Amino acid sequence: MYLTSGAEATVKVEDDVLIKERVPKNYRLKELDERIRKERTKAEARLISEARRGGVPTPVIYDIENSTIKMQYLDGIAIKYVINEELSEQIGFLVAELHKAEIIHGDLTTSNLILFKDRIYMIDFGLSFFDSSTEARGVDVHVLFQTFESTHHDHEKLIEAFCRGYRKDFNKADEVLERVKEIEKRGRYA
Amino acid sequence: MKGTVLGIEGTAWNLSAAIVNEKDVIAEVSDMYRPHTGGIHPREAAQHHAKYASYIVKGVLEDAKKQGIETTDIDAISFSQGPGLGACLRTVATAARMLALSLDVPLVGVNHCLAHVEVGRWKTPANDPVTLYVSGANSQVLAYRMGRYRVFGETLDIGLGNAFDKFARNAGLGHPGGPQIEQFAKNAEKYIPLPYVVKGMDLSFSGLSTAATEALKNNSMEDICYSFQETAFAMVVEVTERALAHTGKNEVLLAGGVGANMRLREMLEIMCTERGASFYVPEKRFMGDNGAMIAYLGLLMYGSGNIIDIENSHVNPNFRPDAVDVTWLPEGFEERRQECI
Repeated sequence: MYLTSGAEATVKVEDDVLIKERVPKNYRLKELDERIRKERTKAEARLISEARRGGVPTPVIYDIENSTIKMQYLDGIAIKYVINEELSEQIGFLVAELHKAEIIHGDLTTSNLILFKDRIYMIDFGLSFFDSSTEARGVDVHVLFQTFESTHHDHEKLIEAFCRGYRKDFNKADEVLERVKEIEKRGRYA
Repeated sequence: MKGTVLGIEGTAWNLSAAIVNEKDVIAEVSDMYRPHTGGIHPREAAQHHAKYASYIVKGVLEDAKKQGIETTDIDAISFSQGPGLGACLRTVATAARMLALSLDVPLVGVNHCLAHVEVGRWKTPANDPVTLYVSGANSQVLAYRMGRYRVFGETLDIGLGNAFDKFARNAGLGHPGGPQIEQFAKNAEKYIPLPYVVKGMDLSFSGLSTAATEALKNNSMEDICYSFQETAFAMVVEVTERALAHTGKNEVLLAGGVGANMRLREMLEIMCTERGASFYVPEKRFMGDNGAMIAYLGLLMYGSGNIIDIENSHVNPNFRPDAVDVTWLPEGFEERRQECI
């Protein structure tokens, strides 16, 4: 069963194992293409594990081979279908945990947060990287706010709840949230 | 869009004036600034523009006259308001203001990046494309969404053309670097690994340019030029593909001087074919900086009432394309596209 097929990878489920494979790009030189896919696969697996070490629930990695990752399949529901203020506050707390671990998710959307067995999991670290700058953290939060705004009508309350959670145990929270406002003003579509 | 507009481009090296109407380019006269050595010197470029501004304006008016278009037929004057080199922008803006005042017609301030996109939509069948705009100074992936052209990805440091130029200068190849790099690349024997820097949707070329220069110490010019091209182009094609996937659009438009490179075109063609998207490249005269594109977007903006007062016609060297409210596309432009999918 294929779940998605994005610009970069295909994702399928076999026997409760999720298999994410980065597909070859024929426009790229074969040598370069293989190097990029291998590097990114390794980096993604590492970031998923590092995030869990930092207290953010993520899928368990079973195996990595060339440009394929095998990991735990979370048979839950995407947050976008169930989001409310309480969950948004929890998400804020989790994103702060992730940022404290100096990780930027890079593609925080309500589709990349899964509610599974009463816990919120973060998935798809394909665009993630290590960074502890206010700017990178701000962009991360900004991207999530944009999905709130484009898909949820009560987005203002969700954003407020998120900020409560984000501030709970993160001393850089105010600085980041201040930067988010600035990023919004720039009007850049991230 | 009815009307006749005279537009002036002069953001960097090319000073160019054109007169267009909704059907075609009626006349275009250009004069390029060519540095004796090295790259573009901003003050010398501005001095060049000041020296030749009256020549190109006079020339384009005379050419139009031969085709039955009188000076009194001109409805508006448009100019490149930015982004670009400040001194060059100010020189061209001054010429445009004087012309608008003396002809007593409205003035239109055009965003240079958007002019590249719109001239491509005009001169190719592209309707609602993802545009890869790669030139000396700019490298952006643009697409229309909800009233504006959004920047989906862009360079975090220098433009791709500038990265080529810097390398070429260090390697003693002269300016501009792109065409010579393309020639050397044709006789390469092997790929030398160079840094591939895509950060999310954004790009970085300055490290790549430096690494290519360093790698010259132990490798042939041919191999480095080839590897530089392969790496840099793969980066921009990747971000273009991501933007296609993200927006659900199915057309790619190539714009900017670097778009002349055949290997870049080939890579985009392969990517588009594999995704089932259409790929469009305008003819060469509309790829690099040209007066026609400024006149054409000027026409679109004039036709939708998007004009400025002389008092508010300041240039903006950092003018972002996503700061412009798109007044010239029909209402429901995007919805119609989505119904087509």
